[in-house]
Amino acid sequence: MEVALFIPCYIDQLYPNVAVATLELLQKLGCTVSYPLQQTCCGQPLANSGFSHLSNKCNENFINNFSDAGYIVCPSGSCTLHVKEHLESQSHPSKAEKIKSHIYELSEFITDVLKPKNLSASFPYKVGFLTSCHGQRGLHLSSMSEINEPSFSKPLQLLNNVKGIEIVMPRRIDDCCGFGGTFCVYEEAASIKMGKDRIRDFETNNVDYITGYDVSCLMHLEGILKRNKSRVKTIHIAEILNSGTNG
Amino acid sequence: MGKPVHSILSKNFIADNDRTDWHDETLFMVRKKRDYASNQIPEWETLRQWASQIKAHTLSNLDHYLTVFEKNANANGIQVHWAANAMEHNEIIYGIIKQTGISSMVKSKSMLTEECHLNEYLQDKGIQVTDTDLGEWIIQLRKEHPSHIVLPAIHLKKQDVSDTFHQHIQTEKNNNDPKYLTTAARHHLRNIFIKSKLAITGVNFAIAETGGIVICTNEGNADMGVHGAAVHIACMGIEKIIPETLHLSIFLRLLARSATGQAITTYSSHFTSPRKGQQMHIVIVDNGRTRLLGNNNFRNSLKCIRCAACFNTCPVYRKTGGHSYHSIVAGPIGSILNPNTDIKANADLPFACTLCGSCSNVCPVKIDIHNQLWIWRQQISKEGYAGKTKSLSMKMMAYILSHPNVYRFSGNVFRMTLKYFPLIIKNKLNPWYRQREMPEAPKKSFRQWYIQKQKSEFKKQHIKKDS
Ligand code: SF4
Repeated sequence: MEVALFIPCYIDQLYPNVAVATLELLQKLGCTVSYPLQQTCCGQPLANSGFSHLSNKCNENFINNFSDAGYIVCPSGSCTLHVKEHLESQSHPSKAEKIKSHIYELSEFITDVLKPKNLSASFPYKVGFLTSCHGQRGLHLSSMSEINEPSFSKPLQLLNNVKGIEIVMPRRIDDCCGFGGTFCVYEEAASIKMGKDRIRDFETNNVDYITGYDVSCLMHLEGILKRNKSRVKTIHIAEILNSGTNG
Repeated sequence: MGKPVHSILSKNFIADNDRTDWHDETLFMVRKKRDYASNQIPEWETLRQWASQIKAHTLSNLDHYLTVFEKNANANGIQVHWAANAMEHNEIIYGIIKQTGISSMVKSKSMLTEECHLNEYLQDKGIQVTDTDLGEWIIQLRKEHPSHIVLPAIHLKKQDVSDTFHQHIQTEKNNNDPKYLTTAARHHLRNIFIKSKLAITGVNFAIAETGGIVICTNEGNADMGVHGAAVHIACMGIEKIIPETLHLSIFLRLLARSATGQAITTYSSHFTSPRKGQQMHIVIVDNGRTRLLGNNNFRNSLKCIRCAACFNTCPVYRKTGGHSYHSIVAGPIGSILNPNTDIKANADLPFACTLCGSCSNVCPVKIDIHNQLWIWRQQISKEGYAGKTKSLSMKMMAYILSHPNVYRFSGNVFRMTLKYFPLIIKNKLNPWYRQREMPEAPKKSFRQWYIQKQKSEFKKQHIKKDS
């Protein structure tokens, strides 16, 4: 299966290890993975700040990079949702449409398309799972507490397959962590309070790690954890699913 | 003083951490009750769908249903008045009061009269209205605005109420026993009810088919006011109409469950015609609503039945308090409605949100609240209300992200600065860094790693081939 990797800008620059884990994981699951070299960003920081009218060129660049791809896979729920909801092109509307229907967040790509029997990953730690909002409510990666529906979770379905892992859910199962893109700086006080409250929820469970499918939310929590000298670390789901499978 | 903005007001609110936690926990508990109540009904999601569709249909035929309502209400002996804006609404009510010569009156909860600043208007004319909803009355005594549309005094704790009552109705100092305080309020309000000859109420639903209105309360204060009054004035926005009584059952099942987790409000009172000798007036108000109606992006916001489920679930609302929204209607729905009234004064509100989407999924009439907030953001920035610094930085960002070379160059510079000259980034002017550490800067971007890896694999293959 041919897969083009979309690596969001901040992962490319600040969390390359997450991108490497994503790439290796997909290769181990039998995919031929390519990384289009001229990609930058999906334009979400512009659009969520109200400046989608400035994102035309950024969109065109995205389309140039990905219009030939079969499957596009991204290790971020939020960026995937942005592409699905807001990628637009005046000059290539059909290409934009094709991309929107072919882009997947990593964990849903594994559960819905690759469907491997098992993952042979192992991660012997106590891990708290952070449900990030855009992936959950936007991509419907998992059921939500607001809706009267049967419960399910694609990322947890994968994590439950990992040897030795102990998954802990926070008491408030899907309350927002307060990252919110530029919200985290323009509404600093609220963002920090929300982040601290999520962390407290995890810390009372004595977890070693907090994981999730959105590096941005994890980066926000990591920043607060480190500032407060917590022993809890953050790790992206791709890194867990790729662990213990090397070689 | 500069104009109030959410980010600063909320910083002040959060400064009192214990109170913030209490506020957050209390409202989250209400949200939980709503979850429990909605989970008891297997057809919950279907009810939401129907309610949303009934409202969509009604909004598309609003002129029709409003005229049918007026005709039927008139036939029932109700006088119907039309107000284009808040001023007209207040003038109409003042006109009625003047004509009757009544000077003592009560009002049950009505967000519309808050929106029109009716109390202040009448007060300027020397007329005192007493709010009889307990929460409303408390904040009236304190000269505050509601911080929540269903629980208007939720920003106050019982000691605050004790202090307020001690000051205004001479309850025992520091006695903050809720039962003691509510009994005192009840005695005090009872006297006002008895004297009052005019009752102003809100409207939850106006039924076109019958020309009657329905008012939902838990305290029975609307009924108490109206039953003793010679004149009843009910105020409603044009969007309160539903076509038939049949539809009411759906909304009543949704409203209280969404609001507080109750199966139904304690009182769901129908007022279809005045008592013998009583006057009944209904004031129907536009005040910017037709502007929303004519706008495809925001029309859905008129479906709102003011249950406040979106408030209780909103993590930003719970942690920043209603007054941080510097408007009469706070919370997610307020952040849609307020920019419609004054885009400049409320340009910050659609940004006081992480777009988490919880609101849209609890909303009993399925308003796509967070999407509408996203659209407001686009409009606010396009019309130049986003602020100069933000606009400039967004232009720079757009340039960088549209040019792969520039992006890579900037990315390198950023990483290297963070690695070797961290103080340029790690300082108190950086709102990320004030209370959070920066991520550790890696030496290489993923792209650099990827290219190197490909090169080395390419070499390996060639070495293999050659040997
Ligand atoms: S927008 Fe929806 S959830 Fe919010 S108050 Fe209105 S009806 Fe209730």
